Parts: sequence; structure tokens; C-alpha cells
Amino acid sequence: MEFIKEFWMFLKARKKYWLIPSIVILLFFGVIIVLAGGSALAPFIYSLF
Amino acid sequence: MNAVLGISAYYHDSAAALLIDGNIIAAAQEERFTRIKHDASFPHHAIEYVLHEGGLKLEDLEVIVFYEKPFLKFERLLETYHAFAPKGLKSFISAIPVWIKEKLFMKKMLKDELSDFGKLSCPIWFPEHHLSHAASAFYPSPFDKAAILTIDGVGEWATSTIGLGSGNQIEILKELHFPHSLGLLYSAFTYYTGFRVNSGEYKLMGLAPYGDEKSPQTQEFKNKILQFLVDVREDGSIILNMEYFEFATGLKMTKNKKWEALFGLPPRLPESELSQDYMNLALAIQQVTEDVVLRMAKHASEITDCKKLVLAGGVALNCVANGKLLKSGLFEDIWIQPAAGDAGGALGAALAGWYIGMNKSRTVEKNDSMHGAMLGPEFSNKDITRTITKYGADFEFYNDFENLCTQTADLLSQGKVVGWFQGRMEFGPRALGNRSILGDARNPDMQRKLNLKIKYREGFRPFAPIVTEDKVSDYFELIKSSPYMLMVAPVKKTRCIVDNGPDSDKTMLQRLYHLRSDIPAVTHIDYSARIQTVHYKTNTRLYKLLKTFGEKNGYEVLVNTSFNVRGEPIVCTPDDAFRCFMSTEMDYLVMGDYLFSKEKQPKIAGIIKGAKNLD
Repeated sequence: MEFIKEFWMFLKARKKYWLIPSIVILLFFGVIIVLAGGSALAPFIYSLF
Repeated sequence: MNAVLGISAYYHDSAAALLIDGNIIAAAQEERFTRIKHDASFPHHAIEYVLHEGGLKLEDLEVIVFYEKPFLKFERLLETYHAFAPKGLKSFISAIPVWIKEKLFMKKMLKDELSDFGKLSCPIWFPEHHLSHAASAFYPSPFDKAAILTIDGVGEWATSTIGLGSGNQIEILKELHFPHSLGLLYSAFTYYTGFRVNSGEYKLMGLAPYGDEKSPQTQEFKNKILQFLVDVREDGSIILNMEYFEFATGLKMTKNKKWEALFGLPPRLPESELSQDYMNLALAIQQVTEDVVLRMAKHASEITDCKKLVLAGGVALNCVANGKLLKSGLFEDIWIQPAAGDAGGALGAALAGWYIGMNKSRTVEKNDSMHGAMLGPEFSNKDITRTITKYGADFEFYNDFENLCTQTADLLSQGKVVGWFQGRMEFGPRALGNRSILGDARNPDMQRKLNLKIKYREGFRPFAPIVTEDKVSDYFELIKSSPYMLMVAPVKKTRCIVDNGPDSDKTMLQRLYHLRSDIPAVTHIDYSARIQTVHYKTNTRLYKLLKTFGEKNGYEVLVNTSFNVRGEPIVCTPDDAFRCFMSTEMDYLVMGDYLFSKEKQPKIAGIIKGAKNLD
């Protein structure tokens, strides 16, 4: 899993371990949203994310 | 041979750029090929084109560089939602599927997309968004050492940076972080005054001169902006009062009720009438923006001790602020990346990969190494004949360009509007004379004609002049060349017609069409002009046309507006150009060595005269 390895390296480099609980919770909700059929098109006035 | 491909994609203005041995070979925006304005999709067509231009395959590339760091952006996304929680749920629900499905796996997504071009055998690098902007500004510039200022909406975290470029290296010295962003502040006003965010900013800039500087309302707006919306520090840092902004957690830019209470003005509906109140508001935010840019530049000068400045990022397209910056004398010389927005990030990424990633040595070009920003596709007379055959078009072919030049100058002198399609397409948001519509700047009716017969709208902005490099000071108070239409300067006083007092009681269009100089079509209501100087070396044909026009009329200046239909990007191919020519009331089209007269064209199915608006 190249992605997980790279993402771990990123967190390590940025010293952002405190983000891990947020990531887990947000990803959990995120996956639910995706599974619920959320659109992959962000309707932002300005695409910031 | 070492080749580097730069890519920007997935937010707005996707683009690709190719370097071979450090030379900029080609660069183009995806929108020009797909005909979707600001197309954000993966730039398949642009990549295909730049590889073709370089005679390369994907396997030949040394490295591919994407213009920003997706993980860092994701970090910003998470920390922003974390900081504002429980606000922002709606925005989170909108943003997160895109990330979980696609953007978080950017590397894989890029690899999958690139597999269409062959076997990917090189690495993909991800420099920071603002480093890409900084690289796009510094490396092609004519300076060996320079202060670098990048200002835009937002990249990963940074919204503005100050850096130092020296030789082949760039050091970012200071960063301003999201959500405190000058670009987003300007975009918030763009939104509130009824223009489209990310494309209407230049309209807000064009509206500002209609504001009454002496009006107490303008001063009050400015005071309120500085008191309630933004805290501007001495070094140009800004802190936005997020109580008034929606963009961090919502789907809109501003909290409209709070803004309405603050300014006593509701948000303007798009396309509705522009009252003096909105003009004053536009002037107030323009003045605040200029003040912040000047402070940032002053601070950049102090911490880098450089006499040269390079600029990039969307805010660097604010040519009024650029003109003031030049006039301020803070720097001896300024160079601005013509593709200052995110499309230019593709070029900057490639340059960062070459000079920083691969540590290659750099040779500074005397003018710059952008080749006049003519980095897109070129079409031969053979390509044009295909379009002629397809539409059964009537044409005149000129063996000798001098004759074509004389004929075109005659037509322009007669007040005709001429589409001008030559050479390689421009990279960046401006038509710089290879995909342009030209007219006589002296003609008092030209502005109206372009607006009503060509643009089919009552635009409030004047058109931009093109002038030969050697004659620019005959017409404008400009002390340097402006090859990329990124400097605003006053029309020379001796050319101005003294006004008969304040005209704020007149309607907007009465003010626009008021005769202010001997080149009225390009003189804005504040007697300024958005100047493009034309250089023999980078645009020989247009230079010759201006000279020929000058020999006939004594004026080496013309109106230049972009060759496109409203809502569509600037034309790319002869087919795009011919369709655009036929669907507007342009009088003539000069394409390569061919001249097309509108009157002589047969009625062509599918192309309806006057059916579309030019932008």
C-alpha cells in the first residue's frame, strides 16, 4: 500500500500525529457519505479544497 | 536530452508545460482544446499537444511535476474543518467525497491518466503550489537575483509568499496562511458585486475607476473594510475577520446578511444594473488591495534587499496594482509571469523540477525566456485550407505578407474590425496578438462598435491598446515595456482631452463613451490604459502591422481584444476562429496568409451570424 506508506511519511515529516484521530473519524464519516452516494463534484463557489 | 513535464489540474485552469534541457518548449491550457472555459479536468489534450510539440513520448520524460502537494492540501482541509467544527458540515459533505474517491489518491490518479500516453517510467514530483508560482515568476525572468512575491486565493496553506530567487535556487522566506488571503478577500468582493469568482475579478478591477474617490461613501466603505473585514499590518500581512466570510466552512464566499448590515448594500444580482454604490465599493476594495500589495512588496524589498521583483499568483493579474507598484519605485524593475494564475503553475512546477529538483544550472535571458508567451499550437496554411474547404469559405490568399499587412492596415483605417489569427497560441489568460480582434484605437465609435456589434453587450470596460515597443512613450506614461498586458499606466497628458468637470451624474455608458483622448477606444474613464507593447522579436507580424498602420495614419497603436465568443475560451484552431468570425459581426478575418471578408462568405449551415456573444 504505497499510499498508506506515503501518507504515514507525510504525517511523520509534518509532525501531525494529532491529526490521526481526526482523520480516522472524518474518513469514517467520509466513507459513509461516499457510500451514501455523495457526489464527487464539489458545488463550491470557489473550489478551495 | 532531459525533458520535464509540468501539470496543473483538478481545481481550475488545467494546463501542461514541457521543458527540454531547461528551455520552455510548449505550454497550453486544457480549456483551449476542450472549449470549456477554465476546464479543471486532467489536461489530456494539453499534454498530448506539448509532447507532440517536443517530438517526445511519455517514456522520454525525465520527470513529471504536479503543481501542488495534495496531502498538504488535505491537511489544511482537515484542520480547517476541525477548527471550525461544528460549522462547515455542509461544506464537508460536499468536499470529502471528492477527496476520498479521487484527490487523496492523486499519484495513482495521475498515473492512471498518464497511462493513456504510454508507459510511465519516470517519477512524479509534487512541489508546493506557491513554490510552483514562485518558480514560474523567477526562472523565466530576466533577473539573476530577485525578490519573489506570490499572491493568490490559496494553495495548500499559503495564500501569499515572499521569497528570494538567486541563480538556480529559490528560498521561500515568509508565508501568509489560509484563511487569511488577499486573493480570497478580492474574490469575496467579486462575488458580492455580482461577478463570477475566479473569472470576474478583472471586471471588479475595471469597475473601480467608476467609483468616486472623493465621495464620503467610498471613504466610509474603505474604513469599514479596514475596521471590520481585514486587519492590514505594516509588513502586508493580513488577518481576515472570519465572522464576515463563508468560504472556509460554507459554499459561498461571504456572509451576506452581515455584509449587507455593514455596507448598507445587498449583494448585487449578476447582470443587474451597476449603481454608483457598487462602483464605490469596487474602488474601496481596489484601493485596499493596492495598499496591501505595496506593503507586501515593500517588506519583500526590505528582507531580500533586492532591486528586482518578480510576481505570480492570480492577484498578479491585477494590472492596476502592478502599475502602482512599478510607479512606487520600490524596485528598479518588475517582471510578472504572464500566466500568473494556476495554469502557469504547470510551467512553474516543471521549472521547479528542473532547477530545484534536478539542480540544473540557469542562464538568464536578456528579455525573458517566455518567448512572448507564444507557447501554444501553431497552424499552417494547409490547416487553414482544410477549414476553407470544410465551410466552403471565400478567401483571398496573399503570397507576400507585406501586401496582406497593407491591406489589413487599410481595413483597420476604415474602421473595420479584424480578427487576427497568427502563429502560436498564447499561454495564459490574455490574447497577446496571435488570437486577437483588432480595431482602430482613434475611432471614437470603435469602443461602441466592438461592444454592440462584436461583443453584443454594453461592457463597461475599455479595450486594451497594443503599441510598438519603441513608440509606447509617445502614447502612455510608461517607463518600461509591458509585453504581457500586465501594466496599467496613464495615457500621455498631451493626448488627453481635458474634462469638463465631474461626470458622476452621467450614466455609466455616457461616461465610458465620453471622448477623453485621441485614442478614445483604449482610454479608461480615469485616463489610464492596460498596455501591451509589441516587440519585433516575439511578434514580428503584429509589429509590422502596427508599423504599417502607423505609416498610414501616424499612430502605431491599435485596439486588441481577445478572439473568443462569450462563455468560451480564446480560439485555438482555424476552425474555432472561423466559426467565431462567422457567429459575430466581425468585418474581416486574417488567418495566416489568408484574408476573409464577412460580406463575401456564403451562408453556412450551423453558423448563424450574430448568434453568440464575444467575451
